[in-house]
Amino acid sequence: MLRLVVQRLLLLIPLLLGLSVLLFAWVRALPGGPVTSMLGERYTPEAAARIEAEMGLDQPVWVQYGKYLARLIEGDLGTSLRTGRPVLEEFLTRFPATIELTLVALVLAIGIGIPLGYVAARRAGSVVDHASVVVSLIGVTVPVFFLAFILKYLFAVELDWFPSAGRQSVTMVATHPTNFYVLDGLLTAEWDAAWDAMMHLVLPGLALSSIPLAIIARMTRAAVSEVQNADYVRTARAKGIKASRLRSDHIIRNAMLPVLTTIGLQVGLLLSGAVLTETVFAFSGIGGFLAEAVFSADYPVLQGFVLLIAVVYALVNLIVDVSYGLIDPRLRRQQ
Amino acid sequence: MRLRAPSRLTGTVALAAALAVALTGCVASEREQGSGEEATGKDTFVFAGSSDPATLDPAFASDGETFRVARQIFEGLVGVEPGTADPAPLLAETWDISEDGLEYTFHLKEGVTFHDDTDFDAEAVCANFERWKNFTGLAATESLSYYYNAVFGGWGEDSKYESCAASEATTAVVTLNAPVPELVAALSLPAFSMQSPTALEEFAADEVQGTEDAPQLTEYGKGHPVGTGPYTFVEWKTGESVTLEAFDGYWGEIADVKRIVFTVIPDGTARRQALEAGDIDGYDLVAPADVDALTEAGFTLHQRPAFNILYLGMNQAAPPLDNIKVRQAIAHAVDREALVQATLPEGTEVATQFVPESVSGYSEDVTTYDYDPEKAKALLAEAGVTNLEIEFNYPTDVSRPYMPDPAAYFEAISADLEEVGITVKATAAPWNPTYLDTIQGGAGHGLHLLGWTGDYNDTYNFIGTFFGAASNEWGFDNAEIFQVIDEARNAPVEEQEAAYKEANEALMDFLPGLPIASPVPSLAVAPGVEGYPISPVQDEVYSVITFTE
Repeated sequence: MLRLVVQRLLLLIPLLLGLSVLLFAWVRALPGGPVTSMLGERYTPEAAARIEAEMGLDQPVWVQYGKYLARLIEGDLGTSLRTGRPVLEEFLTRFPATIELTLVALVLAIGIGIPLGYVAARRAGSVVDHASVVVSLIGVTVPVFFLAFILKYLFAVELDWFPSAGRQSVTMVATHPTNFYVLDGLLTAEWDAAWDAMMHLVLPGLALSSIPLAIIARMTRAAVSEVQNADYVRTARAKGIKASRLRSDHIIRNAMLPVLTTIGLQVGLLLSGAVLTETVFAFSGIGGFLAEAVFSADYPVLQGFVLLIAVVYALVNLIVDVSYGLIDPRLRRQQ
Repeated sequence: MRLRAPSRLTGTVALAAALAVALTGCVASEREQGSGEEATGKDTFVFAGSSDPATLDPAFASDGETFRVARQIFEGLVGVEPGTADPAPLLAETWDISEDGLEYTFHLKEGVTFHDDTDFDAEAVCANFERWKNFTGLAATESLSYYYNAVFGGWGEDSKYESCAASEATTAVVTLNAPVPELVAALSLPAFSMQSPTALEEFAADEVQGTEDAPQLTEYGKGHPVGTGPYTFVEWKTGESVTLEAFDGYWGEIADVKRIVFTVIPDGTARRQALEAGDIDGYDLVAPADVDALTEAGFTLHQRPAFNILYLGMNQAAPPLDNIKVRQAIAHAVDREALVQATLPEGTEVATQFVPESVSGYSEDVTTYDYDPEKAKALLAEAGVTNLEIEFNYPTDVSRPYMPDPAAYFEAISADLEEVGITVKATAAPWNPTYLDTIQGGAGHGLHLLGWTGDYNDTYNFIGTFFGAASNEWGFDNAEIFQVIDEARNAPVEEQEAAYKEANEALMDFLPGLPIASPVPSLAVAPGVEGYPISPVQDEVYSVITFTE
């Protein structure tokens, strides 16, 4: 197990190096550049040339890449052109927001998706089964931003049950030691702040969970359908095993392997879904910030954030791989 | 190891719960006693911007979101007459300008202090002027101190600013080495706000760090702005909000707004929904399509007097646009009246020249180009052009105050052009960076849509920006035009207005492009917010706002 972890961590190095080259080339290949976006209507060729020289953009691309890589190795991801703050600092202050949102979406997707898929498979052809198909179809086909808009219109504007934007009411005075707002409220015993932050997570969390929920429900249904007809389940049943034991140890446990893989992959999907959801709900995580960076050609943020997200994604999948072993003893022995 | 799934889950939940209980209260709350309750809406004004301010130090900024915040914290020597773009006394009560336009004597308001108790006096004024001049390195670039460079023509030895003397505590004498005719008007910009010399030094406001790839915010710019304005800085949560609080020692009146929160909502639809949901008290740049719906729903819509211009540019480097008859034909072919009616906010009028009506050099006597398709066809025939095909560039993914919906104007204009036999080759591109780069970075474009929002009441700020020198955008090199604009800029104060009128008339004869309109931007506030100080140059300080319930 340890060897697997070390191996996978070492693999990260060439992966990130390759990614840094790709990102660097991609960002440089975009037309225009940060200078045009900084100057806007005030652009003159002279002003642009001055700023380019100041920023080192007039040097050969390989010189620029060399400098970029040298700083990267020192852990310096550069400074955002738009906000004037270090990219790493921007990432770290915003990442907790995205983690909070992603966790809520994941909990909703798993908490609703797995039972739904399980019941649908166990009672194939029933109302629940048909309902699960409809929910999955809606989840996959309705664009996140549209769902977000509808949720907001219904529950924030018309019914006023939930806030329409942000992570916490702007008039709320709260202490933020960790930047995980719900956790902050609990740690500091500022219960109203924690509650307020939770209310702000409901609508974006629901919107973001729609696609993974649909996929997890379908995946669970398919896996359970297959497992429940397997020989070993029939044998177990014939041996007169208790229904609850059959469910937990024989069906769910075996059906969870493919579902777990799916969940790992969904994390990546959630991170990209966060771009839209965070923009629509003005939820200041890394997704919304990345979207703004695209619009303002903020090179360092684009490069740095994508690299950091790749690291996060790789680590999440590593955790998923390790957890296979926990569920399936056969795999544990192989490792 | 054979754990049953349910017990594992139960165990985890129990552990998490135990951990949460154990950790609770571990971190001390930083709330002040008694402020645990959510502040009531009555004394707090929540305004949604589209992004964070770029910095809290307005000397290093040139964008609307930064200035919106800076106007509450800072004041300049010169302000503007409410509701207009005209300069008015603020921290300087009066000023005298020497005959040669090189010496400005500012007589300062007495009894004003900065938020940190530093006295506002002539020494402080001089400290600010000296600070701007002596920017070095990254601070002395257009990406930071854009306006200082634009007004004073450079930093250090290159600056038109020479020196400043505090002859008395309340008299500051600013000496220039070359005239800056628009100086008084320009000083009303937040970029020239008076900042506390003590705080500037304490928080190293001028030490702009960073590698060559981007300047970093200074400590001062991140969280220590100190001015003389009605509100003091409390907190900036990046990506979320900036909070300000009423300044006890303010020299003027502060009505109902004791606390201001600028919240960041990048998406336009999200801003509207936030207002409808009651989460915010107001937002700027309401989409024209939302104006009626919001008004009907009981929100107050303020129309900001237009201080901008939208035009159809014609690139003379792309023949036959270098032919005046072709340009005239295009001008007569476009039904601007219908375009404004159909696509621009209510109250917008067709433009006759490259400055809005409220600017002093606006002329009533410019050549006008009425909608007349027959005349357009005749002019094209005269020019000897047949089967004319012109490239028409327009931006997507953008809404500027002067250009809320570019695609709509493109459609209206191309329909009109097709009507007189011109074939339009449409080239749409994302505003940033492709569109701007196409228009400004090279010669490969034909017709295009662009515009400008004025900074202060000065004709040069418009026509100088467009036509002050040869550029890729317009593709012409007409010494006469450059000269007439330059002469107007440097004319003695009393002759300046007439000279600018002349320049505007010359421009409309030369017709480098077709001015379309000065669209009226709208701002929406919640019911119960009274007296929003709407201003053409966005000099909007919230101390005058009152709440009615």
